[in-house]
Amino acid sequence: MADPMRIRAQAAGDKATVRVLMSHEMESGQRKDSAGKLVPAWFIQEVSASLNGKVVMTAEWGPAVSKNPFMQFVVKGAKAGDKIAVSWKDNKGDSRTDEATVS
Amino acid sequence: MKRWTLATSAFCAIICSTASLAQSDSEKAIDEYRAMIADGNPADLWEAKGEDLWKKKAGPKNASLEKCDLGLGPGVLKGAYVQLPRYFADAGKVMDVEMRLSYCMRTLQGKEVKDSAYNKDDHKDIIALATYVVTLSKGMPVNVPQEHAEEKRMYDLGKQAFFYRAGPYDFACATCHNADGKRIRLQGLPNLTKNGPAGRAFTSWPAYRVSNSQLWPMQQRLNDCLRLQRFPHPKFGSEATVALSVFMGVTGKGVPSLAPTIKR
Repeated sequence: MADPMRIRAQAAGDKATVRVLMSHEMESGQRKDSAGKLVPAWFIQEVSASLNGKVVMTAEWGPAVSKNPFMQFVVKGAKAGDKIAVSWKDNKGDSRTDEATVS
Repeated sequence: MKRWTLATSAFCAIICSTASLAQSDSEKAIDEYRAMIADGNPADLWEAKGEDLWKKKAGPKNASLEKCDLGLGPGVLKGAYVQLPRYFADAGKVMDVEMRLSYCMRTLQGKEVKDSAYNKDDHKDIIALATYVVTLSKGMPVNVPQEHAEEKRMYDLGKQAFFYRAGPYDFACATCHNADGKRIRLQGLPNLTKNGPAGRAFTSWPAYRVSNSQLWPMQQRLNDCLRLQRFPHPKFGSEATVALSVFMGVTGKGVPSLAPTIKR
């Protein structure tokens, strides 16, 4: 089970800025361990965000994204009290969804 | 001959001024980069994990760490970090935050704590817990106590260690850190004998290092300083690292705490 994300969402005017910090190894599959063996690729492939249950953004990620990735995006029409949910799925099939309230 | 010398010195004046200009430019660029990465410090992830570990029951005694005394009474976290390292009568020695957390895991939870290797076994948890604890002292002024005789002894030991020259390079901490305006490559080196820089350095750790995606607590940072001096690697909770912490903390008295921070 993956560690939780940190999600902060702040409304300003008719928009809200969402900042997400994910906990993930994001192994590129290019590195070798101390024994010289290739470390298998392990990274987030799909990311999606929803506002009150309605999907507002999807993204496809690859091995070039850093470890413990940070993502920021702006949602139009989000107000204080709305629910923002972010989820990811990695290439091993593991997934995680976390929710935050817009402040 | 004389003209040649003059020309050289004029040339040097130009070169030297561009060099110092370049330095301030690159330092500005480093500051800009730091500001860019400061939002969304992955240290938050360790902090969240640490909070969880603090409240979760674990170990043979199935206890949480919520009764752990970090110096201000059992369970008091706010401001505890800025008053560490301090002398603990129950343990009979001066401890920093990492050692004290290890001690609490041993005494309260009854764990056989394995903390000798960086980021392995229980040391992983100690890093997360330390990050959680320091976050609750953010912005509070450093106030490392100097009341107990042991605390004073540690300060003196730390001062001695700071100026102690040894190793194949005949290096001391002071070789790089006792004057203003020094740098290594493009990094400015703080003068740790002065209040402001010492306090900022003392409260900058644990920090997330972007270059290797690791979270380093203070002891690991000091161990790395000693490695750069080609000194032997200290054990976890070694008197040398705790004494150096005390020396920096006392020198940096009153400086608001920054940790956890983010480093390049």
